[in-house]
Amino acid sequence: MDTILFHFGLTPTTSLLRMTFFYHFGRYLMMMRQMLRRPENGRMYWEETVRQMSSIGLGSVGIVAFVAVFMGGVSAVQTVYQLVAPYISLTVVGSIVTNSSILELGPTITSLVLAGKIGSNIASELGYMRSSEQIDALEIMGVNPVAYLVGPKMVACLTMIPLLVITSISMSILGGMVICQLTGLITYDQFIEGARSSFLAYDVFFAMCKAVTFAFFISSVSAYHGYHVQGGALEVGRASTKAVVYCCVLILLGDYVLAQLLL
Amino acid sequence: MCWLSCCYDASNRFEPHKQAMIRLQGISKRFGDKAVLEDIHATFLPGKVNMVIGASGSGKSVLMKTMVGLVKPDAGHLYYQNLELGEMDMEQRNELRQKIGMLFQSAALFDSLTVQDNLLFPLRMFHPTPSAEMLTRVAYCLERVGLAGTEKLFPSELSGGMKKRVGIARAIVLKPKFLFCDEPNSGLDPKTSIRIDHLIQDITSEFQITTIVNTHDMNSVLECGEHIIFLNKGRKTWEGDRDLILQSDNEPLNELVYASRFLQQFREKAS
Repeated sequence: MDTILFHFGLTPTTSLLRMTFFYHFGRYLMMMRQMLRRPENGRMYWEETVRQMSSIGLGSVGIVAFVAVFMGGVSAVQTVYQLVAPYISLTVVGSIVTNSSILELGPTITSLVLAGKIGSNIASELGYMRSSEQIDALEIMGVNPVAYLVGPKMVACLTMIPLLVITSISMSILGGMVICQLTGLITYDQFIEGARSSFLAYDVFFAMCKAVTFAFFISSVSAYHGYHVQGGALEVGRASTKAVVYCCVLILLGDYVLAQLLL
Repeated sequence: MCWLSCCYDASNRFEPHKQAMIRLQGISKRFGDKAVLEDIHATFLPGKVNMVIGASGSGKSVLMKTMVGLVKPDAGHLYYQNLELGEMDMEQRNELRQKIGMLFQSAALFDSLTVQDNLLFPLRMFHPTPSAEMLTRVAYCLERVGLAGTEKLFPSELSGGMKKRVGIARAIVLKPKFLFCDEPNSGLDPKTSIRIDHLIQDITSEFQITTIVNTHDMNSVLECGEHIIFLNKGRKTWEGDRDLILQSDNEPLNELVYASRFLQQFREKAS
């Protein structure tokens, strides 16, 4: 067997890794397919979706706003620090802070933060439900557990994460502007002038594309890891960690691919 | 027409000879190299507490999961009345699942919901009737298991025995035809265990349910084992009832029944 694999340029280790990848990818696709079945009771699914939207959206506004304000403030201070040449207009600070907030800091950093918060939450919740037989109980009742548990979480992420990213971008720009004014680096007017001079609506579209893609990664990957937990508390913890790590890796990879494709 | 309605005649009267029953024919299951179930044949009758007993690791839980469709058998057939589980389409399977109630070892109550909402969940999902009607049904089920007044409590506020009783109430809220109980007495004191056993027995005879209980608690077996099958290393090696079990010459079964020194001495004296 090993000789055959060698002829195809595969060592046993690489072939095993590929098999493992295809096994998980296939199982992931099957889970996605199972999620798309018709709900048993639309109203119950809607109620669960609203509950998840509230938990994911409102529950993350605080941390997102906090991170964004400091992100904007720090990027403003560092931009001023690097632009020491007298022939560069200081309005460019507003331009750089705004563009970096819209293109990168808002969607990517916020998604990385949310991967830690929401991703681990989804994986541990589903993992605990699996280990305490609650998922089996749903299945025996005749409820499609993937559709009922994963579906609303995905819908909630796909709607709330873009809104959180918009919040993050706004707070980041606001943070940069306030820090500039408070520390006397530049005035509000200079900041706003710079921000408006380089603003492109397409950048916001690009940020939203990233937000939706990352929301899909965060919700589906963490749900996959949580849903397929086998074992007890230790495995639930492992699944939660794995979910966050894979989400972060996918976000960074997706960030590069989207930048290459859309910019 | 609902396929389970074949238990009823034209005037919707229950016909005992057509009652819900489960039949296993040559069920086998392997996990890797390990054979967990080998060629199991059994019939579980309605209105009786059918017990599956065996030592830990004998395959009881896998057999139960196979019967409820959570595990797919490698070989054999499983019939609910006359329909083979593997040949049912999705609609029939979902319809069947609404006729199944299951009490899990850990009770498997939804932590984020109150006791009342746990019971309302299957009702709202499958039989969205007026709210007052559903609440009446929930109140009846809770009263039936002796837990009236606990509606607003969360599972974390309940004792182990109470959780099991809420689990039973949730299992019967949809008026099931089949009730599965996976080790209903595990982790409970003898008095509470017997209370749970009596509850299962009463519900079974009252609603003419086909009840299957997995256990290795001999108190339960002797208290309400009307039909017992014994699994040893994945094989069914004995079948009988609580009267026959004490006279069996099946050595692995006797090791389970007379596990304690006290019972061994009792057996020696008796013989």
